[in-house]
Amino acid sequence: MIKKIILFIFILFPINAWGLIKVDITRGNLDPLPLAVSPLAIENDSKFKFQKILNKKDIGSEISKIVERNLKTSGLFNPLDKEAFLQKPDIANLKPRFEDWKLIKAQALITGKVNFIDEKLRVEFRLWDILAGREMMALAFTTVPTNWRRVGHIISDKVYERLTGEKGYFDTRIIYVAEEGPKTQRVKKLAIMDQDGFNNKFLTLGNELVLTPRFNKTSQMVTYLSYFRNLPRVYLLDIETGTQEVVGDFPGMTFAPRFSPDGKKIIMSFAKDGNSDIFTMDLESRVVDRITNHPSIDTSPSYSPDGKFISFNSDRSGYQQIYVMESNGKNVKRISFGKGLYGTPVWSPRGDLIAFTKLHKGKFYIGVMRTDGSGERLLTENFYQEAPSWSPNGRVLIFYRETKTDDKGKGFSAKLWSIDLTGYNEREVKTPTDASDPSWSSLLSN
Amino acid sequence: MEFNKILKNALLVIVACLALSACATKKAGTGQMQGDVYTGKDTVEYLASGVPDRVFFATNESVLTTASRETLRKQAAWLRKNSKINIVLEGHADERGTREYNLALGERRANAAKDYLMTYGVSSDRISVLSYGKERPVDSGSNPLSWSKNRRSVTVKAN
Repeated sequence: MIKKIILFIFILFPINAWGLIKVDITRGNLDPLPLAVSPLAIENDSKFKFQKILNKKDIGSEISKIVERNLKTSGLFNPLDKEAFLQKPDIANLKPRFEDWKLIKAQALITGKVNFIDEKLRVEFRLWDILAGREMMALAFTTVPTNWRRVGHIISDKVYERLTGEKGYFDTRIIYVAEEGPKTQRVKKLAIMDQDGFNNKFLTLGNELVLTPRFNKTSQMVTYLSYFRNLPRVYLLDIETGTQEVVGDFPGMTFAPRFSPDGKKIIMSFAKDGNSDIFTMDLESRVVDRITNHPSIDTSPSYSPDGKFISFNSDRSGYQQIYVMESNGKNVKRISFGKGLYGTPVWSPRGDLIAFTKLHKGKFYIGVMRTDGSGERLLTENFYQEAPSWSPNGRVLIFYRETKTDDKGKGFSAKLWSIDLTGYNEREVKTPTDASDPSWSSLLSN
Repeated sequence: MEFNKILKNALLVIVACLALSACATKKAGTGQMQGDVYTGKDTVEYLASGVPDRVFFATNESVLTTASRETLRKQAAWLRKNSKINIVLEGHADERGTREYNLALGERRANAAKDYLMTYGVSSDRISVLSYGKERPVDSGSNPLSWSKNRRSVTVKAN
């Protein structure tokens, strides 16, 4: 029904039409769009070259599997079983026989071709509208062969953008804390992986406790809390070079760091004499500014994407609530007024919402509210979960969840989960070890 | 006059209720909790004979209880006698709070202990404070008794 209406609108206003198929991302999608991801065609000599370099039998098919998995995970698309495909990849890429794809109920089709040219991986791909019987998009790009997984993610992003009208989030990474060992003596390491869980890499050895890594949205820098030499301080880490340096070297604990949207400052809490306030440090000049000055706990600061406002967590009312202030600390306003305690406010990259953790009657919730506190919506309830982080397009939240232990204190686990802003499509994000404190990068390409 | 009498009676009833409920809560925690503050000895270690190393807190609180103050007075007396010993006050929270807020809460709890030791004559340059938030529970259980053991400030010898 919805699709018919959209079809109608686009016929009426052809100027607006960037495609006949449109996936509405603003509502819980209980009827994902059926589409076919044809394996990318590849000729034999290219196939052998890639097999030698990457140790993958058929790189064309491997890349299409990444696309298929990404689109399926988004919850908006239903990739059809390849067994049912009637047309061969190379022929489909030239000109699909639309009736064949209609027959298996595909509404969109992705085809493509991989070539080995001058030691590089060249990929072209096309997105076809099956019902309208025409090409919606064709793109080609060249990269080093070891980037083949990213090729799959970039294709996924392009398809997602073309069909939903919004940027994707597949060519991204997640930094998080990998956890091992008993609950009373957890060993924690910084780890990074692709958004789909591949290419996992540990960035620290686990000799000291590390917590709350967060990406700079403008570069591959990360800020986090380390207990190096038993002095909990905010650090800066360059993921590419591995260089680490302390930035919050104040006479007391610095914690809860995040970057400003332009990446030039770190905002954090500084605790001294039983009081935590919020400060910023300019990374170039090292100038420190005090933002809050209150005898309560002020922590978990997060900038609005335009850098003009800061949301934070304070117990100045007696209990943890969410507040918003101007970036200079003026005009502090409480915005959470529902029942329970509120923490970890994080401003959406779209600017319109704040995600939070809520504790009410012994249950933890991940929710969102407008930046004035109205329109509170709880997305998921559990024994323990917290620390939401937004996908770069502001459509998905990743967070961590801990399990309740039994009478003997056994059965503890910490895992990453994601959920759509709609409250649908909740799923575990698999990690090699237990995991917590996820932070989502911005798009690596474009 | 009549009003005063009613007030007096009401007060008596309230006092009686309080006494009863205090007993009741103590029973509910099988003698190990008062309200939700841990009063048992399971996890407690000793800095010296008769000097417990830790104090416990109510949920979301950093106020020292009567028992905590007594423990800290013993610690202060022992520290005054052993003037070469420096200490670290390690503040902790239970698992029922967000990581960052709990770091701040642990720091607040350890400082409550620090302030009290200072009023009893321990110099501030002998004391450092370290918050672990909820990162180092002593009891891995997910129940009110376990949580009460984990809401603590522990005095640790630094040298």
